[in-house]
Amino acid sequence: MENKGRRKELQVSAIENGTVIDHIPAMNLFQVLRLLNLEGFENQITFGTNLDSQKYGKKGIIKVSDKFFKAEEINKIALFAPTATLIEIRDYQVVEKKKVEIPDELVNMVKCFNPLCITNHEQMITRFSVIDKKELKVQCRYCEKIMEKDDMVFL
Amino acid sequence: MNPLTNRSLVSICDFNTEEQLSILDMAEDFEKNPNQDLLKGYVVATLFFEPSTRTRLSFDSAASRLGARVIGFSESSSSSVSKGETLKDTILTVSNYSDIIVMRHPKEGSARYASEVSPVPIVNAGDGANQHPTQCLLDLYSIRKTQGRLEGINIAFVGDLKYGRTVHSLVIALCNHGATFHLVSPPALQLPEFIKWHIRSNNLTYREYEELDQVLSFADIIYMTRVQRERFADPIEYEKVKNAYVLRSEMLGDTKNNLRIMHPLPRVNEISQDVDESEKAYYFHQALNGVYIRQAILTSILGAK
Ligand SMILES: [Zn+2]
Repeated sequence: MENKGRRKELQVSAIENGTVIDHIPAMNLFQVLRLLNLEGFENQITFGTNLDSQKYGKKGIIKVSDKFFKAEEINKIALFAPTATLIEIRDYQVVEKKKVEIPDELVNMVKCFNPLCITNHEQMITRFSVIDKKELKVQCRYCEKIMEKDDMVFL
Repeated sequence: MNPLTNRSLVSICDFNTEEQLSILDMAEDFEKNPNQDLLKGYVVATLFFEPSTRTRLSFDSAASRLGARVIGFSESSSSSVSKGETLKDTILTVSNYSDIIVMRHPKEGSARYASEVSPVPIVNAGDGANQHPTQCLLDLYSIRKTQGRLEGINIAFVGDLKYGRTVHSLVIALCNHGATFHLVSPPALQLPEFIKWHIRSNNLTYREYEELDQVLSFADIIYMTRVQRERFADPIEYEKVKNAYVLRSEMLGDTKNNLRIMHPLPRVNEISQDVDESEKAYYFHQALNGVYIRQAILTSILGAK
């Protein structure tokens, strides 16, 4: 127990200030990096994948120095990593732990898959209400079509 | 004040059951007395971004019988829309000149978007394959008028139940009145699962059939729709079904006395002309009811009664 606790501490306290995103399903790690726009980010980022996780099999982890995410940035990744945990670190201390949450509404996050939808023809914000959080089914507020996870294209 | 004052009507679900019934009641009044100057001094804009002469004339007639002035355009070619103006700009401009905007637009969701940007209420007269709530209300009106009630009717929907938006809205609206649904269509054009789910979640029953004559003896309403060639990827499949869902006068022999045949029009060949003579043919009268319903909608939303 003691040993395990220390190992965990090492893992998360390796950055001075910033955010650790833990328990990302291993296969989705790169999608999460992309969604958070971390590809062009200049601060220090370390990440690992295919790490052992007792709860989730293989997991991924991302550590970003000097970056604290807004709720809407983080809720984006909930679509790919519903199990993820967010750990905010200041001065090597864990100051906050949060679970990501699939929002009730996706505002300007995804594109409507219906080519005849008005959102694909006007400059406007897309809005989808999440009608099934488990299976991830969303309904376009405008054309009212129901879109599943595989149909989603991120904006 | 009328609780519908200043509200937009984009989808049938924007009005609850009680509000829908208030529209039907008011329409009944307009049927008895169609010419009333309730909207004198009001300007109604009808914006038809795609042509639909039938629906536009019905709205124009409704507004004129109420004493309102009607402005607007039909088809985008005659307006600035073809010059690349956004829908938002068109709506904002027209809202300067009118008290209410009736719009038909080929893009799905256009009316919802217009209702969000417009300072005046929007009435959706069809947004692509999505919603057409005034059709739904006139269908409800026609059912109540011919059957004397909305509750517990046996209604058969025939033809293209997959893409037919009028069918979807009417099924959803009738779920509030305990109907039993008989669904007659080729397997490829069955009612979508989410509408069936809606029926089940209201503890109501539907049955699916492939032959029209399976429902003739017990239906109170037969709601016919067009089976369109474009819906079939395989032309052979279309050839197989195109004559399977045609109603002919000799089929009406063994039907109930109160049966009425409805159709959102225009029809092609799915109701043969000899049916028109039958007292059970209701589709032309159904279209006339649309004027009273649209009078009630304009009057309610403009708060004139
Ligand atoms: Zn859409």
